Amino acid sequence: MNTSNNVLMEVNNLKVHFNIKSDNAWPWEKGQSLKAVDGVNLTIYAGETLGVVGESGCGKSTLARALLRLVPITEGNVVWLGQDLTDLDKKQMRSKRQELQMIFQDPLASLDPRMTVGDIIAEPLRTFRPELSKEAVKAEVRNIMDRVGLLPNVINRYPHEFSGGQCQRIGIARALILKPKLVVCDEPVSALDVSIQAQVVNLLKELQAEMGLSLVFIAHDLSVVKHISDRVLVMYLGNAVELASKRALYENPQHPYTKALMSAVPVPDPKVERGKKIQLLTGDLPSPISPPSGCVFRTRCPHANEGCAQQKPILQVLSNEHQAACSRLADIT
Amino acid sequence: MSLSNTKNLLEVNNLRVNFRTPDGFVTAVNDLNFTLAQGETLGIVGESGSGKSQTAFALMGLLAGNGVIEGEARFNEQNILTLNEKAMNRIRSKEIAMIFQDPMTSLNPYMKVGKQLMEVLMLHKGMSKAEAFEASVKMLDAVKMPEARKRMNMYPHEFSGGMRQRVMIAMALLCQPKLLIADEPTTALDVTVQAQILTLLNELKDDFNTSIIMITHDLGVVAGLCDKVLVMYAGQTMEYGTAEDVFYRPTHPYTQGLLKAIPRLDADDEKLSTIPGNPPNLLHMPSGCPFQTRCEFAKERCGESMPELKEFAPGQLRACHKSVDGWIA
Repeated sequence: MNTSNNVLMEVNNLKVHFNIKSDNAWPWEKGQSLKAVDGVNLTIYAGETLGVVGESGCGKSTLARALLRLVPITEGNVVWLGQDLTDLDKKQMRSKRQELQMIFQDPLASLDPRMTVGDIIAEPLRTFRPELSKEAVKAEVRNIMDRVGLLPNVINRYPHEFSGGQCQRIGIARALILKPKLVVCDEPVSALDVSIQAQVVNLLKELQAEMGLSLVFIAHDLSVVKHISDRVLVMYLGNAVELASKRALYENPQHPYTKALMSAVPVPDPKVERGKKIQLLTGDLPSPISPPSGCVFRTRCPHANEGCAQQKPILQVLSNEHQAACSRLADIT
Repeated sequence: MSLSNTKNLLEVNNLRVNFRTPDGFVTAVNDLNFTLAQGETLGIVGESGSGKSQTAFALMGLLAGNGVIEGEARFNEQNILTLNEKAMNRIRSKEIAMIFQDPMTSLNPYMKVGKQLMEVLMLHKGMSKAEAFEASVKMLDAVKMPEARKRMNMYPHEFSGGMRQRVMIAMALLCQPKLLIADEPTTALDVTVQAQILTLLNELKDDFNTSIIMITHDLGVVAGLCDKVLVMYAGQTMEYGTAEDVFYRPTHPYTQGLLKAIPRLDADDEKLSTIPGNPPNLLHMPSGCPFQTRCEFAKERCGESMPELKEFAPGQLRACHKSVDGWIA
């Protein structure tokens, strides 16, 4: 386990609420608030990969954006190397962005179609290190292209000439050229085919080892997250429901939601797949505009009782590498 | 290629789908052959661009205007590829129905869900409005839609993704088709919802004895649902056999690579094995076997000719120059 002296980022009671007003509301009417992230606490250590999983609408992408202050933070703070990012003004925040980079989900949409690959990858350098000579920039670009597996002769091509996997490599090169300390990957492989997905996952793992990066890896695919992460955070409706080391989470999931999620993942093995018992969840995800009182999962939880509606459970420490937010843990295991 | 003694519901022989594009002729599906018996489930797996969806569109007569079909598909002894629009409309929905990938864009956003369902019954079965309404409610109940009666009066945007896919499935099953073609029915859905839908499809298979062609890129989905599996790559069949054969005894290098490249929840490997390179551009196909540029076993002859799809064990076919246990001299 990591010690406290190499903490990179600390997130305290982070809330991101979006104000939503319906189109036909009166001007004096108050809008409703959509609670995309509702009180998440976590710590990111140097050199580790934190996986974040959850289904669509659970707030994992909003959390990712909030870590880099790409969405306004409603409450709580994000402390980066001892400094509270929420206190910084725009200019100060900008200088921090060299250390905090992001890789996006849609590889093609995140690249400017009118810029060449070389320009796209060089842009962060030109912005943050304008003192570099043209030759130095070119050398850096060549170097990073080589690291991510792009041939040097593609430097003058445009994004549309590349396949999804290649575009994602360009996105990775752009994120890594400033040698950041933390890279937030928002579903980087979801849009890719299986054989290409494996290439990109392996590449990210290699680069992490080489450059000593910390990764926040967001995905809805539990198998991919298992493969790349050291610790995993499971989210449901804006709340953290379980946070544990990879081994603890996958071998011994505690929260009823995590259990249901795990059992639903199809395994490419006919005998296992046909023989296994799936814990089907009933109903749909509640609206994040008016989430259930108390535990947000109680409306679909097979173990819920009246107590669950009263108080919102917080992450309880079960062991030094396992935390879960459920008030009935003792009764259901 | 007779794999079972039961009468075949669907027999696809040398199906070929070509597209005329400004850049030239593109072959999306190349000489596809398979048979499907009543009650059987076939999984067609492949990556994007492998031609799996175009196969489905060709069977339903839904190809884009620049598509050209060759070969035949005998459904109940009748070649459905040469039928005119009117005759095909009598088969669609009644005999063969399809579930599309994206439930939002395949439902009409301007029409209430109930009306869209009733329309099918009124058109194909000549039911009255009242009869069609009741039958639709019953079908929504069958796909486990809560408060089915109330939902008949709702618009698609009021439904969640999983609910919309249930509407699509209900719509496809209204006329109790003999064959259901599902084109990536769960790709746009979350895993817990996917599990609900797959459980539902498994139940329907047992209840109605419907044959299903399941088109997907997710081998996990195939493992739970399909009796037979057909692996496609760049329009060609690479391997075909029972699910057990393909998953436990894959013999084609592409199938082997694909199975190894999937990160699995029940395994713990440090490094994923990968298939190097990218799928070929259909406009500039490599000569010979389309997989040879990425295949670790590729030899000279792989670039010279496309290997024939041959039966090498009962019910198991593969298209590869490499023999099952090594190279033939």
